[in-house]
Amino acid sequence: MAEGEEPMLVDGTTGDWPGRWDHVKKFLERAGPFTHPDFEPSTESLQFLLDVCKILVIGAGGLGCELLKDLALSGFRHIHIVDMDTIDVSNLNRQFLFRPKDVGRPKAEVAADFINRRIPGCRVIPHFKKIQDLDETFYRQFHIVVCGLDSVVARRWINGMLLSLLVYEDSVLDTSSVIPLIDGGTEGFKGNARVILPGMTACIDCTLELYPPQINFPMCTIASMPRLPEHCIEYVRILQWPKDKPFGDGVALDGDDPRHIQWVFHKSLERAAQFNITGVTYRLTQGVVKRIIPAVASTNAVIAAACTTEVFKIASSAYSGLNNYLVFNDVDGLYTYTFEAERKENCSACSQIPQDLHFSPSTKLQDVLNYLTDSASLQIKSPAITTTLDGKNKTLYLQTVASIEERTRPNLSKSLQELGLVNGQELAVADVTTPQTLLFKLIFTS
Amino acid sequence: MAEQKTNKEQRYDRQLRLWGDHGQEALENAHICLINCCATGTEILKNLILPGIGAFTIVDGHKVNGEDVGNNFFLSSDSIGKNRAQAATEFLQELNSDVSGNFVEESPEKLLENDPEFFHRFALVIGVQLPESVCLRLGAELWNARVPFLVCRTYGLVGYMRLVVKEHTVVESHPDNALEDLRLDQPFTELKNHFASYNLDNMEKRDHSHTPWIIVVAKYLEKWYNEHDVQLPKNYKEKEAFRQLIRGGIRTNESGAPEEEENFDEAIKNVNTALNATKISSAVEDIFNSEQCENITSQTPVFWLMVRGVRDFVRNEGNGLLPLRGKIPDMIADSDKFINLQNVYREKALQDAAVVSKHIQTHLQNVGKPPECVSENDIRLFCKNAAFLRVVRCRSLAEEFSTDTFYKDTITSSMDNPDSEMVLYLMLRSVDRFYQQHSRYPGVYNYQVEEDISKLKVCVNSLLQELGLSVSVKDDYIHEFCRYGAAEPHTVAAFLGGAAAQEAIKIITHQFVPFNNTFIYNAMAQTSATFQL
Repeated sequence: MAEGEEPMLVDGTTGDWPGRWDHVKKFLERAGPFTHPDFEPSTESLQFLLDVCKILVIGAGGLGCELLKDLALSGFRHIHIVDMDTIDVSNLNRQFLFRPKDVGRPKAEVAADFINRRIPGCRVIPHFKKIQDLDETFYRQFHIVVCGLDSVVARRWINGMLLSLLVYEDSVLDTSSVIPLIDGGTEGFKGNARVILPGMTACIDCTLELYPPQINFPMCTIASMPRLPEHCIEYVRILQWPKDKPFGDGVALDGDDPRHIQWVFHKSLERAAQFNITGVTYRLTQGVVKRIIPAVASTNAVIAAACTTEVFKIASSAYSGLNNYLVFNDVDGLYTYTFEAERKENCSACSQIPQDLHFSPSTKLQDVLNYLTDSASLQIKSPAITTTLDGKNKTLYLQTVASIEERTRPNLSKSLQELGLVNGQELAVADVTTPQTLLFKLIFTS
Repeated sequence: MAEQKTNKEQRYDRQLRLWGDHGQEALENAHICLINCCATGTEILKNLILPGIGAFTIVDGHKVNGEDVGNNFFLSSDSIGKNRAQAATEFLQELNSDVSGNFVEESPEKLLENDPEFFHRFALVIGVQLPESVCLRLGAELWNARVPFLVCRTYGLVGYMRLVVKEHTVVESHPDNALEDLRLDQPFTELKNHFASYNLDNMEKRDHSHTPWIIVVAKYLEKWYNEHDVQLPKNYKEKEAFRQLIRGGIRTNESGAPEEEENFDEAIKNVNTALNATKISSAVEDIFNSEQCENITSQTPVFWLMVRGVRDFVRNEGNGLLPLRGKIPDMIADSDKFINLQNVYREKALQDAAVVSKHIQTHLQNVGKPPECVSENDIRLFCKNAAFLRVVRCRSLAEEFSTDTFYKDTITSSMDNPDSEMVLYLMLRSVDRFYQQHSRYPGVYNYQVEEDISKLKVCVNSLLQELGLSVSVKDDYIHEFCRYGAAEPHTVAAFLGGAAAQEAIKIITHQFVPFNNTFIYNAMAQTSATFQL
């Protein structure tokens, strides 16, 4: 064999061919001046990536498709992907693993199939499910989790799940229980990528202020003084649809049904005409009803690539990872900004410190609920509050099960004192934003 | 036919919301050329094919090898030994049937020798992983033909892009945070009259709290002028006093407590920006002072005709101000008051645009061109965006590389920080020297890494010497670039693929602003920088 030639790899199952991993090997088999202190050049690292390392990709959309490709071509072969959605025509401008014939099929399955066929040896396993439908034992098997989600609620949930897997021995974190979370997000020409080491670095909830809650138009504007075409559309969506029931009793507005959008469009035009407002179009109508966020392939490509580079660094120790937040914007030239997001001392998700709630005993439970949902740092969606009274577990209020909601609704107008709560009372709050319950301590003010 | 049209609208919906139907049309009429469909190349193309570029032509004389297939999504092991351009075109074409894909099995060097005009037909040429000499020759050809040229390269964990376009004009730059054009400091007659039609003191409670804040500010400004010699509140102290004046106007209830008047709150909040003097930015002034605006001929492109029309307006009817933008932000108000106010701005904007149009027509006549050359819609769009016009002029590669005209100061001052991305630029120039000398890149094979370090260092030093640069390049970077072995890791190729594709879309659609002119991405640190070289 001539010097420098790579040996022929004959492997039927993996279908490897000479030179296949040359681009990757240079970073695994060679020493370098910028490598991570833990890095040891070796020919075994590639085998670890190919045969052992297990990656979970959450979301098979704009970012997910890119992530699968990037991971597969970086040597990762054991990949699971979770996505609860099916393919829509509007996905095709960027979700390149899907074709017009795939419309209607589950994203995770079509994506996995495409990658497995295009990249020999790669085994992507799809899960056509909500992330909440999978449990601890599922998530625990992965070395690294990468997210390409379009929802803050989902991000917080997976963040909470990985935090719940952390093992502490005598209050000291067992670092082998840490599963790194790489999170990517995009919107039009803007994007960000962050690296989270649960229990060690800033988590999603530590920086919740970076995701301000969506501001809706005030109801009085929508109901009686519209000024913009958007106000007219929201009027039809929120007020007129439930009244007119255009497609039958109990039929909810489906943003994906063109007939529904047509109806909203025409009614919005009527409303706009009443107020001499111009600018209602079909495209605007759909955008407002579905809360559409513009998207292109290029931004997703950039952010997914940055995320995968970080996955590679962590899996191989080849370099020190991003520390820990990258922002990208290519509206005017190309702009990136990298900074270290800091942990919040009293983060409701990762600080393990029960949050204090300061209320007077005469405060109504409803007001406590409002605080939990309105607080910028908590942003709880629909809190279910339980506590221990007289040694027994009692649900104070729960919204998500109709019968329990009805039963506990009277509690909302009762004061904390009337409900039998005392100073120092521990309240457990459950919510869609986290798989764990949040613990709060009630501190009475005078 | 209608079925297909609907599908395109649905398919491209998410991007139409960014660049509109006219942007999409420009994209679909464009034919671009990619030289070298290595991983970086195919990733760039993918991000142009998905949004529906009209056509692409790949120029690549290479045959596919095992390494190629390892990092390229658009090749398979079956492609090994075949022509790379053909193999990649097949896989890429499959992404979008609206797009027309072509390939030429030829090296760019050969084409430059035998048929340089081949490249003139393209809206943009993208050259990937090109050796320096080919880059410079191709750059010269495209510069003379006025064809935009985007150079891209992935080298280990470094990404590099260089945009070469003599003059690129942008009407729709879509700035992220634009100041409003409200003219509170210099209200035009119709606006003054509109303000005069309001008497806040006499209003019913409901009207008072649903009057647009613009009108509130205008009314209180009148009061202020009476007491302050018709001077705008200028500094913090005066603005604070002005806010107090407005605050004093909030109606009170029977017990003397202030009512909730959100429109007054908005007025107070907006005092900071609403009273800024309306003026033309220096960027736009520069555009007005450009040679192309000054000398209108029959060759003058539409953009410059419109610039001249606006400039004529500014210097005459506009009294030093641009045509009115015509948009106002949403604000708490009842529908009628808001719509009426909005219409005052809209109508004035249309009037101003009509005057601009007259000026443009005069110029067209003077150079013997028909009025249809510039459409009314284009003029209105131009006027709306007059404050945000941008002209990007990139230097040629010849200017960047010549020892007479290279930007020594830019390089030297960047290197004040020895870990600046500028060092990566110098390393890329150095490995190109290495390639010229040794017909290979450093450290491609494991056994070469060590011995190439000193050879590469010689190249670095000769480069620095030739350019008279007294900067120091840390040995670590020389070692690192040998370690790279000219590898093209997929994730760096993919990052560049996204970045470059969007710059290409900017060039083609003339929307959003391209970078000027050198972009370096450092995947180790996840940082980037743009230099003008």
